[in-house]
Amino acid sequence: MATLTLLQAINDGLRTAMRDDPSVLVFGEDVGKKGGVFLATENLQKEFGAKRCFDTPLSEDGIVGAAIGMAMNGLKPVAEIQFQDFIFPAFDQIVSEAAKLRYRSGGQYTAPLVIRTPYGGGIRGGLYHSQSGEAYFCHTPGLKVVVPSTPHDAKGLLLASIADPDPVLFLEPKALYRSVKGEVPEGSYRVELSTLREARAGKDVTVFCYGAMVPVSLKAAEESLASGIDVRVVDLRTLLPLDEEGVLEHARSTGRVVVVHEAPRFCGFGAEISALIAEHAIEYMEAPVVRVTGFDTPFPNTLEHHYLPDHRRVLDAIERVAHF
Amino acid sequence: MTTTEPLQVIQADGGVNGYDPQMPESELLHCYRAMLQVRAFDAICLKLQRAGRIGFSIPNEGIEATQVGAASALRKSDWIFPSYRDFGMALYHGVAPLEMMHNMFGNARDGAKGRQMPVHFSFVEPIRFVSISSPIGTHIPQAVGVAHAARLRGEDTVVLASFGDGGTSSLGFHSGLNFAGVWRSPVVFLCQNNGWAISCPTEEQTASDGFAIKGEAYGIPGVVVDGNDLLAVRKVTLAAVERARAGGGPTLIEAKTFRMGGHSTSDDPKRYVPAEQFEHWKKRDPIPRFEKFLQAAGLLDAAKAVAMNAEVTEEIAVAARAAEQVGPPALETIFSDVYAALPAHIRKQGEQAFDLAARRGEARSGDGTFPL
Repeated sequence: MATLTLLQAINDGLRTAMRDDPSVLVFGEDVGKKGGVFLATENLQKEFGAKRCFDTPLSEDGIVGAAIGMAMNGLKPVAEIQFQDFIFPAFDQIVSEAAKLRYRSGGQYTAPLVIRTPYGGGIRGGLYHSQSGEAYFCHTPGLKVVVPSTPHDAKGLLLASIADPDPVLFLEPKALYRSVKGEVPEGSYRVELSTLREARAGKDVTVFCYGAMVPVSLKAAEESLASGIDVRVVDLRTLLPLDEEGVLEHARSTGRVVVVHEAPRFCGFGAEISALIAEHAIEYMEAPVVRVTGFDTPFPNTLEHHYLPDHRRVLDAIERVAHF
Repeated sequence: MTTTEPLQVIQADGGVNGYDPQMPESELLHCYRAMLQVRAFDAICLKLQRAGRIGFSIPNEGIEATQVGAASALRKSDWIFPSYRDFGMALYHGVAPLEMMHNMFGNARDGAKGRQMPVHFSFVEPIRFVSISSPIGTHIPQAVGVAHAARLRGEDTVVLASFGDGGTSSLGFHSGLNFAGVWRSPVVFLCQNNGWAISCPTEEQTASDGFAIKGEAYGIPGVVVDGNDLLAVRKVTLAAVERARAGGGPTLIEAKTFRMGGHSTSDDPKRYVPAEQFEHWKKRDPIPRFEKFLQAAGLLDAAKAVAMNAEVTEEIAVAARAAEQVGPPALETIFSDVYAALPAHIRKQGEQAFDLAARRGEARSGDGTFPL
């Protein structure tokens, strides 16, 4: 097993998929010769040629629209949107087309494509290189939304997404691209979609999180030990379809829950977790669910470290629910 | 290179100045029959809608030659990405009127399982007539993707993407034509310029000199054709299809035509279309024009035309009556086909809906189970 960064694991996942299946194509803005602005597609064009890894015009609507057509016609497109902030011209294609095609055609036509895109803050990217738009997409029946947080999961979830018969939005936490490293198996393996991962065992409080908020939550959990709180950290990994039963089991087991995400709070993914617990596990709860999130403001540049939840904010929430 | 004068083949008297369409007699009559089917389908759907037996329809009167002429240039292995005003393409290729009527009634035998409004057809046989989407222009880049996939595999498939004059203002028109131009995709873009985007005339849609010229900026040749002249539409579409099949890249065709009805059954065009436009185009009705050609060629006489019209009208009326007898789709069809496999949360919602229907006494046989 090699030790890779999350970015290298994604590159390895793409290469593995392309080696295993000649119908897998990778395309987007600057993904060819340059290998992507973050180098996620580095050397793929060199290995597989410009017919399988290529640059497109600068048009997110065109990239996703064409990907849908390729998927309808038997290929396995893996399209890159350079930053999740730029995905909105393709919103119509993702939400009204890819996600609804199977349903509206009674299964006659399907669009099994993957859209990879770096999301989230932490790189001083300001309003338009930092957003976390997962909630917009999680409101879309027919779409799958996946967010890895470790190199192992990044590759395994990506391979599972490429193999999946439905359209998948694969959100890559850009803050973790080069900041996390881990062991990644060689060759092909899959991490099943719609499964949770217990990133840390604990019995007092459960912290639900995903993407770049997983290491933040783990750090907060370590620091909680000092005040005698034993924190469990659960990495959701797939937001849609969510493993609801898994969430409820963890919530019931500790009776105290914190949800962490960097997206704004109002109608954010934490609201769904909180409502789920309120509807189905309230009798087990010892404290109200507390959300630690980005603010209900656009994403700032200079002060992003105040905007993004850090381990201190998570720790504060853990202590609040533990001592309620 | 863009043409500006609409190509015409059939003159007012039915003459073609010696033009040989290189179509066998049976094919010419098949085109005629398909146009009659469109008009009969339209007329019956209008009556069904006015009687409250279906909710909605889209009139095609006046556009038949564009639809049928363009469809006649395609092989069964080609793909059609239709707009919602393209009935004729499906009928030409042999989709049974009954299959279309199942959609108009949204019944249990509708291929789309009653999930879409009427007219939003989806067929894979006998030709790929791709599921219609209501938002304008979204299918254009998808058509390019299908074509690109075929080309990468070395297949000679051609994709026809059809849209209206209003559709040229959409994001998908720009991205689709731009991608097709860069990739030299085997796509034929058919702009049915009927003069009106619901109530907005073309001069409120674009300041350019027509629509064919829009291809130039994408490196795509544009061709203008008289959309009410079946042979002319077939001629330019066939040339574009053959060019695409041979690797020559995409073409943008502007078919100048006119819808003699409203945008839909919910629309009254008399509120915005000047009466003289109807009078002008009434004289250019594509069906009598093609009839004159067939008569001049000795392939049709008045008696045969009447008989054929009666036959297709009866066929469609029978289809409508049969489709009306079929019940609505089962309750489970709300929940299936969202994903390839039914996720737990949707299963749970379905079971709750079945349970509620059973308790209210609204459940029908088959409700309450997922056959999945």
